[in-house]
Order: sequence, then structure tokens, then C-alpha cells
Amino acid sequence: MTVSTIKSRPIYPGLSPDLNARRNIIVCDKAGAAAVTELFSRADSAFAERTTIILADSLSATETQTLSRDLAPAAVEIQPTLADGIARLRQLLETAPMGLRLYAAGSEPLIGLVVQAGLDFSIDHLSIRTEHRGSLMRRVQCVHCKGYIENVTTNPVKCTHCGLTLLVRDHYSRRLAAFQGVCIDAEVPGEIPPTEALYQ
Amino acid sequence: MGLTFRNETFRDDFTYTNSPSNIRRFPFPFVEDQYRYSVNIEPHTPGPKGSPFEHHFDVDEHYVSEMRDRAMVLAADPLRCQALPHMMTAQWDMLELLMTSLARDYPEHFTLHRDGTAWHWINRPLGIDQKFTFLDASTLPYPPMEFIGRQVQGDFSIQDQRDNQLWMDAGIITSQADWSLDFDVGMNFFEWHGPVPLAHEAGVFERALKFLLNLQIGKPVRRLNWTMTINPRLDTSPENYHKWASDRMTVTPENVGQKVHLRVEMQGLFRLPRSNAILFSIRGYLMSLEQIVTVPKWGRRLPRVLASLPPELVEYKSLGRYRDMALAYLAPYDDGAPTSPGGGPD
Repeated sequence: MTVSTIKSRPIYPGLSPDLNARRNIIVCDKAGAAAVTELFSRADSAFAERTTIILADSLSATETQTLSRDLAPAAVEIQPTLADGIARLRQLLETAPMGLRLYAAGSEPLIGLVVQAGLDFSIDHLSIRTEHRGSLMRRVQCVHCKGYIENVTTNPVKCTHCGLTLLVRDHYSRRLAAFQGVCIDAEVPGEIPPTEALYQ
Repeated sequence: MGLTFRNETFRDDFTYTNSPSNIRRFPFPFVEDQYRYSVNIEPHTPGPKGSPFEHHFDVDEHYVSEMRDRAMVLAADPLRCQALPHMMTAQWDMLELLMTSLARDYPEHFTLHRDGTAWHWINRPLGIDQKFTFLDASTLPYPPMEFIGRQVQGDFSIQDQRDNQLWMDAGIITSQADWSLDFDVGMNFFEWHGPVPLAHEAGVFERALKFLLNLQIGKPVRRLNWTMTINPRLDTSPENYHKWASDRMTVTPENVGQKVHLRVEMQGLFRLPRSNAILFSIRGYLMSLEQIVTVPKWGRRLPRVLASLPPELVEYKSLGRYRDMALAYLAPYDDGAPTSPGGGPD
């Protein structure tokens, strides 16, 4: 099954403040917001004042209130979905100045899509500070039909586009922001191991 | 040199085979009776006349049919050929290296006239006659890498070099041993080798990368790699894995000699002059067990090597379903006699 020693599998060292950055953009989800709060506790308030946070998640009114308070004095923009958050990030990167530092905290799909957006703007992936929080769910690309399967929590998983049952490998593409899914019963159609909830 | 190009297929009815005269030039990859993991890189200097090492880019009797198969793969899946935008200079480097090499080494088949940037390329076996302006992509029917890549046997990837790393930022890959260019493009040396077992721990990739970062212009290197393939299928891609993997279940003790093929890759690495990128050529050779055992040394050695494989490699190369049948088929050809060093026939 999956081999965790695969070198393309990203590692996320954790957030740390870049005190020399002229501007910070942080993308996070609800779980990642806790990592951002901890990040702010390791920096001065001027750091937060130079920071824009894109909080991409569906939040209740109470959560919105609490998180906006916890993350002040940074400017917090709330986006209802991850896709909206990434679209907003790309908008900000269009006009981003030199001296910008990018951060991502939350699920792997969130981090992966932030890094992918950064690559499109020639931001070195190693310069993006990342911390994984919350769900282990994955974004998977079906190597056969090239469709993306979002929020994958099991291995194997059925491709939502072509219907093949896929082994989720640890082989990861930054460019595609996805793990690789390969037909698991190609040798003997129907010979499928039990589904495991590996990525809850 | 009198090459007669075979008209054959690598899919459906699988009419591919090696002519008797082609068998002895097969680059048998095992230099001793036991399998050992190693970087095994050597200078890509001209080898004996008639051998696959004679020229930098080997053209053999399968040329025309292989190019037909490549065109079919690209028509069905254009993502098998990709280049990131910064790789255009390297694409031209590749085109120049391949055209000048082929025209020099196979003048009866290929001709290149150059007058400044006005170039004229003639490929007789494929019936191509193309005038174009060097470094002006608008004068070719395809981008430069694809234009020449459709005319040379073997897969090609181009590695950009920066930050003490190699990045696979372009390639034309239609006959791969189960890896996806579309997935791997943009990865660094360690990342695209991520799925390979044992070698990372053995430090093989670190040593190989260090060596390759210092590769010099005009001093290409090569190595052999191998796997096994059921039927002489070139397109053993992950993209089509669900279509070919079941071939492994069709091997029987009766057909193992015809069905199971040793698939050898002669991998060449060339520093490119303008881009400082590295061209990686992956030239594949296929031979059935039945044809391999016609060379007594190979018939003795192959079963010894297959029996000595570590289990991780058996799994990685997906040999598990049929290795025992292959060993049983090969056993009668191993009379226990010693074998001479090196891979070539006696």
C-alpha cells in the first residue's frame, strides 16, 4: 500500500513569523486559524498589523466573531470556500509587492493550493511557511482520466469522474497540488482490498 | 549500414519481434550473475561497430514502427509531451543535438543543411523534409522538442538545473515504465524518483545527482536500467495501467517464453550548451525470454539474476505474478557453467 518514505510527499515544518517581511499573507481554514493565533503569540503586534489573513472555511456567526477577534489586529477576510479563498489569494498576488511572505495553515489541500498559487507567481515553494492542522483529507488526481477528487478520506477511493477504484499513493505533485490515484484492481478487475478511512 | 525497418505493432496483435541479426546487439543489462543496485554510470563513448553503443542515439530496425506508435499515443493523450514555459531554449538545444547527431551518424537516413539560422532537415525513413529557422518556433509544425521527439526512438526528458538541483521541466514520454510525465513534470530529482525503493536509503540518488550537476558539455554519460513487460508493449504508462496491467494475468507456463519481455533502457545524459539543462534519453529495447535464451550466456545468467532480486524490487517492478513461471522456463538454460564478466554475448 502507501509508502510514507516517498520523497515527493511534502512535509510541513510549522509556521514561524518572518519579522523582516514587509507584508504577510496567511491563508488558513478553521483548524489552521489556531496555528495562526499561536504564530501571532510568537511575534509583536506590528507583525500582525502587516498581515492579511484569508480565512477560507464555512463558519457560523459565532465562529466568525470569535476568530476575527482572535486574529486581530491582522486584517481578516473570510471566504466561504477554499476555492474562493484561493481565488482571492491569486487576486492579492497580482499586486503583491517585493518583501511579501506567504503562509498556509490547515488541511493539506489548502496548503497544496496555496503553494500551487505561489508557484504560478514564481514564489519558491520552500519559502512558503506551512503548518498542517485538522483533517488528513487529501486532494487526489486520477492518473487515468486526470480528474481531481477533493476531500478524499479513504484509501482506496472511487474516482468521481471515471469511476475507477484508485489506490491513493504518497507520490505528490506540487504543480497539480494533488496526490496520485492509480487503479487498484487493474491486474484483476474487482479484486479490491477493504476501504480504510486513512485520511480522516 | 543497410537497415531494413520492420513493419510491426506494439499493441493489439503485438507483431513486434527482433530479427535474428538484431538479437546479439541487445544491450543485456546484467554484468554479473547477481543483481546489485548501483548508479552504474559510464561515459557515453562510442562502442563497438554495430552495437547499440556505437552512436549517441541508436536507430535500429524498429525505428519506423516505434515512431508510428508514439504518434498514436500522442494523438490519444497530448499530455505525454509537455514543457514548462522557461524550457524553450533547452528544446532548441535538444533539437540541435539530435539533428546533428543523426545526420552525422546515419547520413543515408538523415540530412541536415545549415546556413546560419536557415536549416533544412531531411528524414528519409519517415518522409519528412522541413525547412525552418533555428530558434524560431513559428517555423516548425510542432514545438522543437516535439518535432524532433517524434522522430527519434526512446523517450526524452529535459532537466533544468538550478539551486543545486535538477528539475524535470520538459519531456516527451510515450513508452515509459509506469511513470507519468504529466504528474512528475516540475519535480526535482529526489521527488520524481520518490517511488523507487531502497535506492534513497542507499544514497544512490544523492551520489547520482552530485555527479550529474557537474556533467560537462560534450562528455555525455549512460547507464542501463531494466524491467519486465508482458507483451512487447511500449506504452506501459500509468495513464493506461488499467488497460495493460491485466496482461500479467495472461502469462502461462506454455506462453511465458513469448509473452515475458526483458525491457532494457539505455539512458543517456547530455549537457545542453545554451540552456545548461540536461537531456535525458531513455532508449528502450524489448526482447522475449524465448529470444534471450538463444544467447547461451544470457540464458545462464538471467535466471540467476532473477532469483537474486530483493523482494522490494520484485514488488516495485511488479514481477510477482509471473517471476516463478519465468524462472521455471529459464531453468533448463542454466547448466551451471560460469559466465564471463560484462553483459555482452560470448
